[in-house]
Amino acid sequence: MIREIWYTFIDFLQTFGKLQLFFVRLVLNSPSVFLRRGGLIIKQIHNAGAMSLVIIMVSGLFVGGVLGLQGFSILSKFNAEDSIGTFAAFSLVKELGPVITALLFAGRAGTALASEIGLMKATDQLSAMEMMAINPLQRVLVPRFLGGVISMPMLTAIFIIVGLFGAHMVGVMLLGVDEGAFWQQLQSTLEMRDVYEGVFKSVVFGIAASLFAVWEGYNAIPTAEGVGRATTRTVVITAITVLILDFMITAVFLR
Amino acid sequence: MNENSDNLIEIRDLSYSRGHREIFKGLNIKIPRGKVTAIMGPSGTGKTTLLRLITRQLLPDSGTILVEGTDISTLNQKELYRLRRRFGMLFQNGALLTDISVFENVAFPLREHTRLPNRLIRHIVLTKLHAVGLRGAADMMPTQLSGGMARRVALARAMVMDPEILIYDEPFVGLDPISMGVIVRLVRKMNDALGISSILVSHDVQEIATVADCSFLISDGKVAASGSPDELHNTSSELVRQFMHGMADGPVAFHFSAPNYAEQLLGRDAE
Repeated sequence: MIREIWYTFIDFLQTFGKLQLFFVRLVLNSPSVFLRRGGLIIKQIHNAGAMSLVIIMVSGLFVGGVLGLQGFSILSKFNAEDSIGTFAAFSLVKELGPVITALLFAGRAGTALASEIGLMKATDQLSAMEMMAINPLQRVLVPRFLGGVISMPMLTAIFIIVGLFGAHMVGVMLLGVDEGAFWQQLQSTLEMRDVYEGVFKSVVFGIAASLFAVWEGYNAIPTAEGVGRATTRTVVITAITVLILDFMITAVFLR
Repeated sequence: MNENSDNLIEIRDLSYSRGHREIFKGLNIKIPRGKVTAIMGPSGTGKTTLLRLITRQLLPDSGTILVEGTDISTLNQKELYRLRRRFGMLFQNGALLTDISVFENVAFPLREHTRLPNRLIRHIVLTKLHAVGLRGAADMMPTQLSGGMARRVALARAMVMDPEILIYDEPFVGLDPISMGVIVRLVRKMNDALGISSILVSHDVQEIATVADCSFLISDGKVAASGSPDELHNTSSELVRQFMHGMADGPVAFHFSAPNYAEQLLGRDAE
């Protein structure tokens, strides 16, 4: 029993170490991919980013709308309905924007990446590249990784903007909060520091989500079942990691 | 004369195991230059694994593999890639890149490794596709192709860099008789006309007999027999005869190891 736990622990450490090495290899290969294979990165930004736009925008709109409703019902207890803009902006910029975008990204783009790479492995496409003396790391993995890393902050920004619009729609147009107060309070309380926190989070989550997707796909057992399992694991691991990282980053920024 | 010059690939005492299963135990093979060499064996003897070892997609547990006298385990990645550019490999299921068209698949190595103008690339690609009879399918996507067509496109891709060594992994599986005949002739013709060396992994005894110059029969992790297909056909070895003539009974067990049939049917094994 203890022995099993010990082996599981050792196993975990080994995987973790391999993951770090894999990350280092991705980063080391990034500059040359940037220079020589820019087109591939743009294609992957389209795949991971542009294809996630609809789900991000719809979710953002409704999350913002909910913030408007909840914010109104809480804030009206203190006669502070005018602060609804501040409430929504703080929630979105610092927390909900980066976190929900990362979770949606894992569900939409992360699974797509993992299953695509896993299938390429299962159908010998990666071996075939190796045999054609083309490094699959540079041709397949790094562009997908970078595409995800670049897309994530942009998706987060779009999520926040659409979310604010949703909150505005519910708060100002539906519940009758004063429009001037909505924007004025938002502007005067939200500081650049808060925005930095959101941006920092979205970058970190973007790296984590893309890394796990590429890693899981690349290490999938090359069968139909293995690819399916890798896809599931991508979502689970990304979700857990993002939430843990979120806690840690928030604690650091709180100071 | 240098002994290495007539042996393209030399495998010495190769051992390789996956998990607890020993796949090769002290395998020795010499693959001659400029010939069509067939590697045969029952399913699961690790024929594909051997190809992956020769091309260093896998590393052996022990033993050495020499390609033109160079031990490939000592190469760094750059040297390995330089070596691999002289290989062309046809995978069992084609392994075409599914996100680009047939034309781009064949053009892929050219675009990656050369700076040829587009017109010339087009010319080369269409020539190779024509050789496998699929010039008309250039604009199709790999997912639209049948298994046999995909294999033929993959063959065109394997040839496109004019390799010195062509490796075929089960090239005849799932081909109709017409494309099979074409491919067999193509393998032979390319080998003789272009002076390349071919390595062929298969268990199609009949096809091997028509195309191969020499063949190795692998069984139980070792070379069980070698020689020209005719020699193998007329051999006295029980094992070789069983394989060449497709008999169920012989030294190679058709059944995976199992408890006694009658006992199991009667349910006595549970007791």
